[in-house]
Amino acid sequence: MAKITYVEHDGTEHVIDVKTGLTVMEGAVKNNVPGIDADCGGACACATCHVYVKDEWLAKTGSKSAMEESMLDFAEGVEANSRLSCQIKVSDALDGLVVNLPESQH
Amino acid sequence: MSDPAHVVILGAGHAGGTAAALLRQYGFEGPITLVGDEPIAPYQRPPLSKAWLKGEADAASLALKPLEFYPENNIDFRAGVTATKLDRAAKSVALTDGSSLAYDILILATGARAIALPIEGADLKGIMALRTAADAEALKAAIGPGKTLAVVGGGYIGLEVAASGRALGAEVVVLEREARLLARVAAEPLSTFFKAYHETHGVRFELGCSVTGFVGTDGRVSGVKLADGRTVACDAVVVGVGVTPNDELAKDAGLETTRGIVVDLDARTSDPAIFAIGDVAHRPMPIYDRMFRMESVPNALEQAKQAASAITGRPRPTGECPWQWSDQYDLKLQIAGYAFDVDQVILRGDPATAKFAIFHLKGDQVQSVEAINSPPEFMMGKMLILNRKPVDKAKLADPSISMKEVAA
Repeated sequence: MAKITYVEHDGTEHVIDVKTGLTVMEGAVKNNVPGIDADCGGACACATCHVYVKDEWLAKTGSKSAMEESMLDFAEGVEANSRLSCQIKVSDALDGLVVNLPESQH
Repeated sequence: MSDPAHVVILGAGHAGGTAAALLRQYGFEGPITLVGDEPIAPYQRPPLSKAWLKGEADAASLALKPLEFYPENNIDFRAGVTATKLDRAAKSVALTDGSSLAYDILILATGARAIALPIEGADLKGIMALRTAADAEALKAAIGPGKTLAVVGGGYIGLEVAASGRALGAEVVVLEREARLLARVAAEPLSTFFKAYHETHGVRFELGCSVTGFVGTDGRVSGVKLADGRTVACDAVVVGVGVTPNDELAKDAGLETTRGIVVDLDARTSDPAIFAIGDVAHRPMPIYDRMFRMESVPNALEQAKQAASAITGRPRPTGECPWQWSDQYDLKLQIAGYAFDVDQVILRGDPATAKFAIFHLKGDQVQSVEAINSPPEFMMGKMLILNRKPVDKAKLADPSISMKEVAA
């Protein structure tokens, strides 16, 4: 279990207890957090679960696969701390994680 | 909303379930009733032929939302029931459990059903469609090492099942009526590529063959009869030859239908109090200047957004480019757009490397792209389809020129 804070683009915060083994995307979608669309359900096919990971958490969220890297390269508003949240597995080590959501998912 | 209306959603698939959740996300406060004919809450169907079949996903991970989501959000979810009659004058629907529901706003998300082959032996045990979690459960139990699975229909469902069947150790034979795989939905180079790729993974193909019936032993299927007289031995059969929309309820109630329920850009039917979304809707797609029916998750989600936006008075969502995906073995296929009115097909990359894309053009505009293990081609292709920008065909055909430069 990890407490994850999802911050919408307008600043609205959602603090969710996410079970170990789920992804950061699933934690948001299953709790109806707006701002993460996740059209493909986690298949790394759509880049609509884009989040910004707070710098101090970047190392703990692991590295990007070539597929994720490639999808992100073409998503809108990408920054150095951009990740696809369907590719981040939740573990106890991510307790306290904060992710910011982009204005839109395209 | 000042006067919360009662929204009834018929169909608890990806479209119906998403519409219910979005209405709450968009601040709708009235009562919502979500009616589904399956025994379980809305779930994702795509993994049924992929991760789920291979045992890599469980029921909880398939669910769109956890079960407690519905009561917590004041959504009355009714499982295992379906509507038998729609009375538009009385604004009520009759259900199979004998009850009826009055609505102010109705959303029809009744989906589509797999077409069954009207041939001899089609009712034998072991002959299945793959549409629901229950179908997938039955299929999973029927295949494994030492078993032979016959797949009737070389479309995406058939090919995904074939790949998953091989992963589970079954022998797999795909029987296709047309001379090539994916004949209705993909370009020829893609058909050729998929056939070869599946063959290296041990799948057998019979193309241009007509299935005339099934034979069985003790009520269970043991073979597929072909028109040329041969019988292909098997232990189980998956039939994936397309779907038909569940639009009868709407049609009987006098709504405009044409192999699907006709809707406008807000997903509204010819009755202003009734919306139709997902596989059942025959809808406008402005970038192609025509109306058609789509069977995909992104389509279900987009239309759920359209209906929920219209109901809550939000602006209509914009910037839609239809897309879909398929996973087979280590291949990721991403398709953007539809190949309407195409006069030229451009291959970018070499299929022998299992990393290439096929662009379909109308003049110098991209109408659709099929990308194998090529996210840049998919992502930029999607953008080009949406913004209708003319492309330099020579650059597009040259994989040494980046997609960013092609789209610049």
